[in-house]
Parts: sequence; structure tokens; C-alpha cells
Amino acid sequence: MDIGTLRGLGTLLVFVAFVGLVIWVYNGKRKKSFDEAANLPFADEPDEQAPKKPDEDVSRSKSE
Amino acid sequence: MNTATSTAYNYKVVRQFAIMTVVWGIVGMGLGVFIAAQLAWPDLNFDLPWTSFGRLRPLHTNAVIFAFGGCALFATSYYAVQRTCQTRLFGGPLVAFTFWGWQLVIVLAAITLPLGLTTSKEYAELEWPIDILITVVWVAYAIVFFGTVAQRKVSHIYVGNWFFGGFILTVALLHVVNNLEIPVSAFKSYSLYAGATDAMVQWWYGHNAVGFFLTAGFLGMMYYFVPKQAERPVYSYRLSIVHFWALIAVYIWAGPHHLHYTALPDWAQSLGMVMSIILLAPSWGGMINGMMTLSGAWHKLRTDPILRFLVVSLAFYGMSTFEGPMMAIKTVNALSHYTDWTIGHVHAGALGWVAMISIGSLYHLIPKVFGREQMHSIGLINTHFWLATVGTVLYIASMWVNGITQGLMWRAVNEDGTLTYSFVEALEASHPGFIVRWLGGVFFLTGMLLMAYNTWRTVRAAKPAEYEAAAQMA
Repeated sequence: MDIGTLRGLGTLLVFVAFVGLVIWVYNGKRKKSFDEAANLPFADEPDEQAPKKPDEDVSRSKSE
Repeated sequence: MNTATSTAYNYKVVRQFAIMTVVWGIVGMGLGVFIAAQLAWPDLNFDLPWTSFGRLRPLHTNAVIFAFGGCALFATSYYAVQRTCQTRLFGGPLVAFTFWGWQLVIVLAAITLPLGLTTSKEYAELEWPIDILITVVWVAYAIVFFGTVAQRKVSHIYVGNWFFGGFILTVALLHVVNNLEIPVSAFKSYSLYAGATDAMVQWWYGHNAVGFFLTAGFLGMMYYFVPKQAERPVYSYRLSIVHFWALIAVYIWAGPHHLHYTALPDWAQSLGMVMSIILLAPSWGGMINGMMTLSGAWHKLRTDPILRFLVVSLAFYGMSTFEGPMMAIKTVNALSHYTDWTIGHVHAGALGWVAMISIGSLYHLIPKVFGREQMHSIGLINTHFWLATVGTVLYIASMWVNGITQGLMWRAVNEDGTLTYSFVEALEASHPGFIVRWLGGVFFLTGMLLMAYNTWRTVRAAKPAEYEAAAQMA
């Protein structure tokens, strides 16, 4: 296999990996888990607002 | 270790790095203003080797990138990783070692660079003994950071920590590979690479210093402090994951755009150009994600100058990550390269993005780690915001004018093929721009002095007992 083919396959591999990543990320199953993660900056607010605690209904947290 | 400290965050190191960020910011930007004045009024070189532009310029770049930017990254990453992992920093004495070790690196740079001790590699000028010290400190930083992530009390690793982690790992790799050198004495070494290979390794390092030190690390900052200050989670966590992987996968290839029309093979130049253009997509994905976090909360910008710093920094980030890919196109680069346009582009990123996101983050962080409600004066933060914004705009506008003027004058040829302008004619045409650029720097530096005063008043009002209370975990 010549080097040009290898490079072409490399590009293809990166492209497939990217598409795979997007499918993985936008799979509906992961929404709850990502909402939890997105609220981690607010996991620790002893003295102030603490807008969205992970134990509240986090799935709507952005639209509040 | 008693129970009181084990349930408390380690804020001491955050306080130390935060204060030194302000101090080194003033030193580094002060040096920048001084060398800008040297370009406008060359007598300021004083005819001394130690104060000549050629020696002070690397001192300026090292001071603002590694001293100011580095301390800001240490402070914010140590602060954010503890709070998003709900645990104290890992590593015990290693934590203090990263602070004192990094300060020692900075002091050694401030001594050796004016003495003319340099490897001559841009942003990697420090000689081999300091390179080894940097490596040791950086490994300690990685142990502290990843150790803290490993002992987290929550299940997820927050996206900001992915960016900080990517930055720490990649900078280690870049630093070690680019600084492989053969020492010939205690203060002199030669690069292991030769010719075009050396140039390519240098700009693989140089551009990724921008991509990982000045971008990925500060995006980590953005993903924590923008949601925190806006009091709402990031616009799209999914986009942030795509942003992370796309950015790190693409940035690493963009380096050859620093070497257009050189001895570097054409295919490598074209690769660098194409990857630089693709880079626009993840860069803007991140910028939009940060900006849209404010959707529904735009009114906060009217009253909160800290949020203004953060959002305007994202605007400058979006602008300079559009400008960068354009300048990486070979035909545009033929005009822009080696002119002041490049300097303007760098400062759109360095002042507008890196410095402003750091300043905004510090105004959020400093009162928190000193146990205060807020900074001493919100009005002064607002004044600082306008000084920084006007200063950045003056700087980049004057450099655009200068850069395009220089590019056009250098390439102008008469009908018989001779050059229309001598070099010194282009230099004379640049003089007004040099003065405006210096003025922009003065604006920006004045803002930093206000920040130092504001920080000093905030810290002076704080009591050690409040420090302890602030560090307790919820």
C-alpha cells in the first residue's frame, strides 16, 4: 500500500471518528447525564443562589 | 491532616497564583508598553545591550504568556477543578512546589533573557537548565490536577476540566519535543533538529503554544467562569464535547502556516493552510457556546462588568479565530506575513481574549478565595473594562493599518522590476501607528493598575478567619 493511500485512509478514519462522536453525543439517551454534568459548576454553592442543584429536575434547567 | 482541612478546599495556592497573576500582568504588560515606546522612540534602547528591544521583547512575551497567563491558568484550574470535583487538591507538598517552582522559572527568565542567554526559539527562548525545571514543575502540575480529578466525589468530569487536562498534557508534549537540545555549556545549547525540520518543530510548538496554552487552557476557564458568573449552565453541553475533540484534533496540524513560502515542503504548507481554515469551525463552535450561555440573561450585562469582561473576551476570541484562518491562506499571508498585521492579530487574541477572560475570571475568583462578598469596587471593574476594551481596539486597529501599509509598500515594484519603496520608507509610514499602539498599551496597562488597587483593597479588608470559612466545602 503506498503512502498516499495510507494518508487517505487516515483522513477517512478521522472523519468516521468525528461522525461517530457526533452520533454518540447527540444520542437522546445521554441527555440526562449531560444535564447533570453541565450543572457541576453549581454543585457547590453553600452561601448563595445555587441555581440548579443536580438533585432538582435538571433536564429543564436551562429553560427556567 | 486534621478533619478541618480535609473538608476544606486548598485556596491558599489559588490566592498565591491569583495575586501573582496581577503582579506579573503589570510587569509583562509594562514591558510591552516600554518596548512599544522603543519602536516609536528608539532612543529608549539607551544603547545598552540589556535594555535593547531584541532582549526585552522575549522577556515581554515570556512574562505575559507564561508568568501572567501561566499564573492565571494555575489559579483558575486549581480553583475550578476542586469545586467541580467536590474535593481538595491532590498532591500535598507538590501543590506548593508548583507555585514556588513556577515563580522560580519566571525569575530565572527575567535574569537570563536580558543577559542575552537564549535558545533563539520563539516562546521557547529559555536555556536548557530552565527547560528542565519547567518540565519538573509541569509534571508536578499534572500529578496535582489529574490526581484531583481521579479522587473526585462526583461521577462526571466537567468539560472545563477536559480542556484544562488537554492543555496540561499537550503543553508537556510540546515543551519536551521542541526543547530537545544538546548542551555545550551551562548556559548554551543547540537544537537537536536541523534546517527546515527545526523550523517545523519550532512552529508546531509555537502554534500549539497558542492552541493549547493560550486557547484550550483559557477555554477551560471560560467553561467554568462564564456559566458561574451568568448563573446558568453552559448553552449546550453536547456542543462542548464536540468542541473539545474537534479543537484538539485540528489545532495540532496548523503550525506550518507560520512557514508559508519558506524552505518547508509545499505539501506541508498547504496542509497547514487547510487545517487552519477548518479550525474556524471548532473555534466558533466554542465561542457560540460561550456567548449563548447568556441567552435569556443578556440583561445582566447592563449591571455586571465582570460578565462584560467575559463576553467581550469571547467576542475578541471569535474575531481573532476568524482573522487567523484568513491570514493562514497563502495569498493573504503573502501580504500579511512579517508585517505588523501579525502583531495585531496576536494581540487581538492576547489582550482581547486571553487577558480579558483571565481578568473577568479573577474578579469572580479573588473575592471568593479571600472570603469577601465581592471586589472592593464594582465601579473600578467597569472602568477597567472600558480601558481594556479601548486599549485593545486602539492596538489592533493601528496594527491593521500598519500591516497592510507595510505589506503593500514592500511588494510594490516599478515597471523595470525595482522596488518602489525602500525599507525605511515603510518604517517611516509606520511611525504614527507605532504611537497609537503604544497608547493602546498604556490604556490596557492603566486598567491593570486599577485592578491591582482594587485587589489590594479587597485583600486588605479580608480576615484570615474569613479565608478559612470560605474554603469549607458545602
